[in-house]
Amino acid sequence: MMQDYFRQLVSFLQSQITPSEQFTCWLSAEETDFVRFNRSAIRQPGHVAQIILRVQLLIGRRHASSSVNLCGQMEQDYSALIETLALLREQLRDLPEDPHLLMTTEVRHSSHIQRSSLPPTQDMVNEILEAAGGLDMVGILTTGTQYRGFANSQGQQNWFETHNVNVDWSLFHSGDKAVKSNYAGFEWDTKEFQQKFDAARKQLALFALPAISIPPGSYRAYLTPTALNELLMMLNWAGFSEKSLRTHQSCLRRLQAKDVSLHTDVYLSEDSLAGLEPIFQSQGFIKPDSIELIRAGELCGSMISPRTAKEYGIQSNGANPDESAKSLRMRGGTIPMNEALQQLGTGIYISNLWYLNFSDRTNCRITGMTRFASFWVENGEIKAPLNVMRFDESLFRILGDDLVALTQETETIMDDRSYGERHTGGAILPGVLLKAMRFVL
Amino acid sequence: MESLKKLFAELTPAVDFCSMRIVDERSEDISVRQNILQPLTSARSHGAMISVIHQGGYGYAATSDLSRSGIQQAIRRSSNWAKISAGKSVTDFSAIPQSAAQGTYQGPASKPWSRADMIGLLMQESATCHIDDRIVDWGAAATSIRTDQWFFSSNGADIYQHFDYLIPNISVTAHHGNETQTRTLGGQYNGFCHQGGIEILQQAGFYGAGIKIAQEAIDLLSAQNCPSGHMDLLLLPEQMMLQIHESIGHPLELDRILGDERNFAGTSFVTPEMFGHFQYGSALLNVTHDPQRAEEFASYRWDDDGTPAEKTWLIKDGILQRPLGSALSQARSGMAGLANSRACDWNRPPIDRMANLNIEPGESSLQQMIASVEHGVLMNTNVSWSIDDSRNKFQFGCEYGRLIENGELTGLIKNPNYRGISESFWRSLKMVGDASTYAVMGTPFCGKGEPSQVIRVGHASPACLFDQVEVFGGEL
Repeated sequence: MMQDYFRQLVSFLQSQITPSEQFTCWLSAEETDFVRFNRSAIRQPGHVAQIILRVQLLIGRRHASSSVNLCGQMEQDYSALIETLALLREQLRDLPEDPHLLMTTEVRHSSHIQRSSLPPTQDMVNEILEAAGGLDMVGILTTGTQYRGFANSQGQQNWFETHNVNVDWSLFHSGDKAVKSNYAGFEWDTKEFQQKFDAARKQLALFALPAISIPPGSYRAYLTPTALNELLMMLNWAGFSEKSLRTHQSCLRRLQAKDVSLHTDVYLSEDSLAGLEPIFQSQGFIKPDSIELIRAGELCGSMISPRTAKEYGIQSNGANPDESAKSLRMRGGTIPMNEALQQLGTGIYISNLWYLNFSDRTNCRITGMTRFASFWVENGEIKAPLNVMRFDESLFRILGDDLVALTQETETIMDDRSYGERHTGGAILPGVLLKAMRFVL
Repeated sequence: MESLKKLFAELTPAVDFCSMRIVDERSEDISVRQNILQPLTSARSHGAMISVIHQGGYGYAATSDLSRSGIQQAIRRSSNWAKISAGKSVTDFSAIPQSAAQGTYQGPASKPWSRADMIGLLMQESATCHIDDRIVDWGAAATSIRTDQWFFSSNGADIYQHFDYLIPNISVTAHHGNETQTRTLGGQYNGFCHQGGIEILQQAGFYGAGIKIAQEAIDLLSAQNCPSGHMDLLLLPEQMMLQIHESIGHPLELDRILGDERNFAGTSFVTPEMFGHFQYGSALLNVTHDPQRAEEFASYRWDDDGTPAEKTWLIKDGILQRPLGSALSQARSGMAGLANSRACDWNRPPIDRMANLNIEPGESSLQQMIASVEHGVLMNTNVSWSIDDSRNKFQFGCEYGRLIENGELTGLIKNPNYRGISESFWRSLKMVGDASTYAVMGTPFCGKGEPSQVIRVGHASPACLFDQVEVFGGEL
C-alpha cells in the first residue's frame, strides 16, 4: 500500500518537471510503536507515523535537494511537492554547476518486502511486564514497519519494506550493575523471548558477588560480539571512507600505507546480502553483494560514494554519501563461543563497551568504558563483577598483535538507533579473545 | 495555525489532559569544500505530537498528517496508549500538575540575508585556507534554521514561539609524513552556533578565520607531543563547553537520576540526597541554567510542556543546589527543578534536557591565570569526548594546546588529552576567568533518550584553571 502511494508520488513528480529538468527522490517512512520502560513499569508509550520525501531537482549539472514531511493524503501531498519543486527551482538559480555530480545511468529496479507476523504491541508489552515482575527492568520495545524507496526521472524504482520488533532491555541489580539483553526479529516467539529473559535473569545473579576494582594496567580480555561492535563502529566513523583515506583523515590511513597490519584472521566486508539494509543507496546506485574491506589483516577496499568516485576519477561501489559500512560482517574464527571463558582463563570478560572516541586518530587509538555485565575471571570462572574501567588502546594492537582468536560463531547486531527515524543496518560479528587490553582509569 | 487550534479544541477527547505540540521547521545547509559548492540541501520538518493523560496513564502519538483524520487518528492512538498504561506506569500521570501558560516569544530576529551572498562568503573563506600544499582538505559551512512551535492543551495552554538559528563552521586539515592535524572554528561540532542571523558570523570570528585556522593546522604538524603527567590545566571556552556538558549537565539530569536512561544514556553518580550540601566543585564554581539568554543556542520562554523558563542556579559557590528536572520529574522525585522538558522535534516526546547550562564568570584575567602556572598546559577546542555511564570517569581531547612554563605561554603542543573523575575534578578548580575570557558556545548535537533524540544546547563559560590534572598526548 505504501509502495503504491510512493509510485503515485513519483508519477506526480514526473508530471511536474519540465523537459530540461530531472529528479531523484528518496522516501523514508515508518509506523512505529515505541514503549519505554523503567523499574518494570511503563515510562513513555507512543506511536510515530511519518513520511519523509527528499526530492533532488537537476538542471544539467546544477542540482539541489529538499526533504519534506508528507501526510499520506494525495491532494495535500501534491501541494507540498509543488511547493518543494518551487523552492528547488528558486535555489537552483543561485547555484553553479557541480563538477563532482555523478548520477546513475543504468535503470535497475528492486523490491524487497520482508513479510512478518507480529502480535498486537499491547500483547508484547504484557509479556514483557510479566517477565519483568519482581525485577528492576529498564528498556524499550520498538515495533512497526519501516519503508525506504528510491525513484528517478529515468524510471528507476527501488523499494525496501520491513516489519519487525526489537526489545532492548537491562536488568539492574544495584547501582550501575546490570545485564543488558536484546530480542529482535520478524516474529514474536514467546518461548525464545522467555529464554533470553531467563538467561539475563540468571546472569543477574552473578551481581550478588561483591564487585571489585582492578588497578590500571594490561589484562587478558574477552569481548562479546556486542562489545566488538562498539570498536568496529569507531573504524566505521569515516575509517573506511575513500574520501577520508584520500585526505589522510581516516583512522586506517596507517593500515592503508602498510605501516601496520592487523592479525591475519581479520576479514571485514560490507555484506549487502545480509538483508539488514536496502541494497540501493540514496542516489539510486545499487550496492554489490559484498565489498571486501580488510582481507587477512590488510586494508583491501573502501566505501566509495558516487561523489568521491567522480572527484578522484575512480569507480563508485554504491556507498552512501557518508561512506560508512551499513552491514559490516567479520569472519568468524576458531574458538567455540561457549568456551570463551575457558579460553580467557584469567582476565576480563566484557559484555559491553560504551562511549568510545579517538584519543589519537592517526594511530587508531581509542578510549572508552566497560559497561553492564563485565566480570573478573579466574581459571575460566567468573569471580566478581567489575566496576567500570576506562581503556585507552590502539585498535592496531587490539586487532593486531594482541588478538588471540575469534569465536567460530557470529551474532547479528541490529542498528537499533532512532535519531530522527528508525535506522536500518547492523553488523554480523564474532567475539574476540585478546592477550592484552590496556586500562587506564 | 488557527485552523489547527480550532480543530484541536473540537477534537479534544474527554480525558484528564490532552495537549498538541506542533513544530514547523525549515533549514538549509550551505557547504563549500575545497572551493567547490557542495550539494545544497534543505528540509522542512512539520508535524504534531498529541499527548493524552487519563486515569493515571499516559500516551503519545506523533504524526506528519495534520488533516482532520490525521489528528483524529493521533488522538485515538495516544488515548489508547494512555488506557493501556493506566495502572502500569512509573507514576500516576493524572496527578502531575500541567501548565496552562499562554503567550508568545520570538528569539533574536534574523536580519535578511541572501543565499547567494552566503555562498560568496563561504567561498571567500574557503579560498584563503589553502596556504600550503600540506593543506589536504578544507571547507566552510553554514546552516540556517527557522522554527515555529505551538503548544495547545485541554487546560488552556496556548503558546507560540519562534526561533532563528545560524550554525557556522570552518575546518582545515593539514598533513605531512605520518602526521595529520585538523583545526576548526569552534570545534567540529559547531561550537559557535547561536540564535539570530548573519551577525553571528562576526561574533564567531568567522571573517578571516580560514587562513588563521589553516596556519594553526600547519603549525601543529611540527608541534611537540603533549607532555604526560599531573599538572595545571587551563581550559578555554571551546573546551569548557564540553567539560560543562558532560560532567555537570548530564549527571544533573533528573530523569537519569530516576533511572529512565539506564538502558541507554546511563545513570548518574549524583543521588537525590546530595542536593543542598554536596561540594560539587571549589567555592569558585557557579553554574546556572539560563534559557533566557536570548542569543544562546537553546534559549526559550517556555519548555515543551509549557513550563515558564527562568535563570536558575544549579551550583552556587561550589555547593550542589538543584537538578535539571522538568515538572514531571519534579513530581516523581519530590525535588525542585526547572523548565527543561524538551523534545528534538514533533516526532519525539519531551524528556529532561539541558538547555543553556553556563558557568558564571569569575575575577581573573587570562594573563593572571597563565602567570600563576609554574608548569602546565592550555587546551582549547574539543575533538574527543568519552565518559562513563554514571558521568564520572571522563577522558577528553582537544585540537590545540600550549605549554605554560614559569607563568608564560611557550611551545605549541599537539594531541592534548586529559582525564579525571567528575565527582572530584571540579573541586580542583582554582581560578575562574573574568568576563573578558567569557564566550557563548553551544552544539546542535546532544544525543539522549529512547527513542533517540539529538537536541540543541548552549554552554557559556569563562576560561578556567584546574589544579594537578592528569594530562597526556598521542602515541609516541
